[in-house]
Amino acid sequence: MMKKLLLYTLLIISSLILFFPLLYAVSASFMEPQEIYAGKLFPSAINFDAYKEVFENIPLLHFLTVSFWMSFIVMIGQLIVCSLSAYAFVFIPFKGRNLIFFIFLSTMLIPWEATIIPNFLTILHLGWLNTYPALTFPFFALPFGIFLLRQHFLTIPKELWESAQMDGCTRFRFYLKFALPLSKSSLSALGIYGFLTTWNQYLWPLLVTNDDTVRPVQIGLKMLIANESSSQWNMVMAAVVTILLPTILLLFIGLKYIREGLTAGALKG
Amino acid sequence: MVKKYVKSKKLGIHNEKKLFGIGILYLLPALILLGVFLFYPMIKTFYFSFNEVTGGGLVKDFVGWDHYMKLLHSAEFRKSMIGTFLFVLYTVPAEIIIALFFAVIASEKLKGIGIFRTIFSSTLGVSVAAGATIFLFLFHPSLGVLNNILGFVGIDGVEWLTSSKWALFAVAITTIWMHIGINFIILLGGIQNVSAELYESAKIDGAGYWARLVKITIPMLSPVLFFVTIIAVIGSFQTFGQIDILTGGGPAGSTNIIVYSIYQEAFSYGNFGFASAQAIILFLVILIVTFIQFRVGEKKVHYQ
Repeated sequence: MMKKLLLYTLLIISSLILFFPLLYAVSASFMEPQEIYAGKLFPSAINFDAYKEVFENIPLLHFLTVSFWMSFIVMIGQLIVCSLSAYAFVFIPFKGRNLIFFIFLSTMLIPWEATIIPNFLTILHLGWLNTYPALTFPFFALPFGIFLLRQHFLTIPKELWESAQMDGCTRFRFYLKFALPLSKSSLSALGIYGFLTTWNQYLWPLLVTNDDTVRPVQIGLKMLIANESSSQWNMVMAAVVTILLPTILLLFIGLKYIREGLTAGALKG
Repeated sequence: MVKKYVKSKKLGIHNEKKLFGIGILYLLPALILLGVFLFYPMIKTFYFSFNEVTGGGLVKDFVGWDHYMKLLHSAEFRKSMIGTFLFVLYTVPAEIIIALFFAVIASEKLKGIGIFRTIFSSTLGVSVAAGATIFLFLFHPSLGVLNNILGFVGIDGVEWLTSSKWALFAVAITTIWMHIGINFIILLGGIQNVSAELYESAKIDGAGYWARLVKITIPMLSPVLFFVTIIAVIGSFQTFGQIDILTGGGPAGSTNIIVYSIYQEAFSYGNFGFASAQAIILFLVILIVTFIQFRVGEKKVHYQ
């Protein structure tokens, strides 16, 4: 009983501290500017003026749409490219596949940031600045994703493929009708992970967008701070909350899958 | 008989070639993408680092080791590297210890524990830009909550982001907060995977809560802790967004850690060659540090 009480106390204090920045951002987004200047913790009344203002002052809705499409395209691209590779590594017994898999894995040690200069030049020379391909193509082949799906495909019994083969099932059909449907949980984990990380990307979009056409919301936020932070913190916080809402919700809904997926990576890795 | 054997062997080679072809076909998208966006740029960065390269990517002169010699003698770069290592030191142990603590208290089977687990995971859904913006507000010298709280207990406000003494520390706090979510998720998963039988038999032997935590949970968790540490170290070396939003590398270069330094050198000053040399250093540092971790980890990690 004492132990339970102690645990609950610890849990409540810890989560209040950890959650405070987010709660405060929500709280500040409902405040009047004067309340922020007065250093209040809670707004006197809930009003959505800051939200209205921020949607009127900057093309936030457009930025959000761009971020959505960018994340969605990367998610689909990753699922296709990674699952095809993982399938080859598990179900096609060709020579040299272990070597190639090892090379793929070792690329996890190359920090993406160390390659941005030539990558930026590639995009520049292709004429892809301010386009969706620039924002998305470089991220389709995710070695971690290939690894994750390979681990899952390995759990599918080989006998299933053998008997399917005897029934005249082609490799590609087996990939579509068996391998993918049997790996729903890992595919969901990778999909959610890919969507979240792309939505949250910062450095790369900063480099390859220089106007509003395909500017993701994170970069829009940076612009907003650069222009308005001195006075309009309630507006800035309204923008922050708007940007956070989709990913936090996605995280909460998909937490189960992400936890399973990431834990598998940590335990078998 | 011999003929037949040769024939079947030929068939085998043919089959192998065919299999190889099919295998590569499935790998093709990944091979092309990794080639274009990872292997090629990595080699190109290496090449750039030995050349004078203009902002448009035109290679002007071969300069040999010049860029590296310049880095070696640059006080600014030394400061940047020290800052980078300090930053890793500030963030990695703290974010793992805090996440481990959260994971331990959230692993208990209590009513409503799901809510706490969700809260502890929440920062995984927070983007760098949004997280840093919230802390920009919290760190604000006059409006920020942190200084208000300090003022409330009678301590003078701290110049979180505008003094070179505090700025790196402030960015570290932001980073720790943002990384707790992912570390927590992985560590909690690890704890839940420790077999219940181990705890049961320890209980029968009369081991208390602390004994079980230190003698069972932590050792059984060591592979996961190892994995989390590697990810955390690499992640810290790659920090960029927080710096860009909170401090812009300042004040006086105190938060100009390596990725930010590469970014500025390349995209603000147009020194692509010099920036590439720094990128190669970043690559090597991560490689070496990870290698050392594996060597040390091998001995310490307890595998089931």
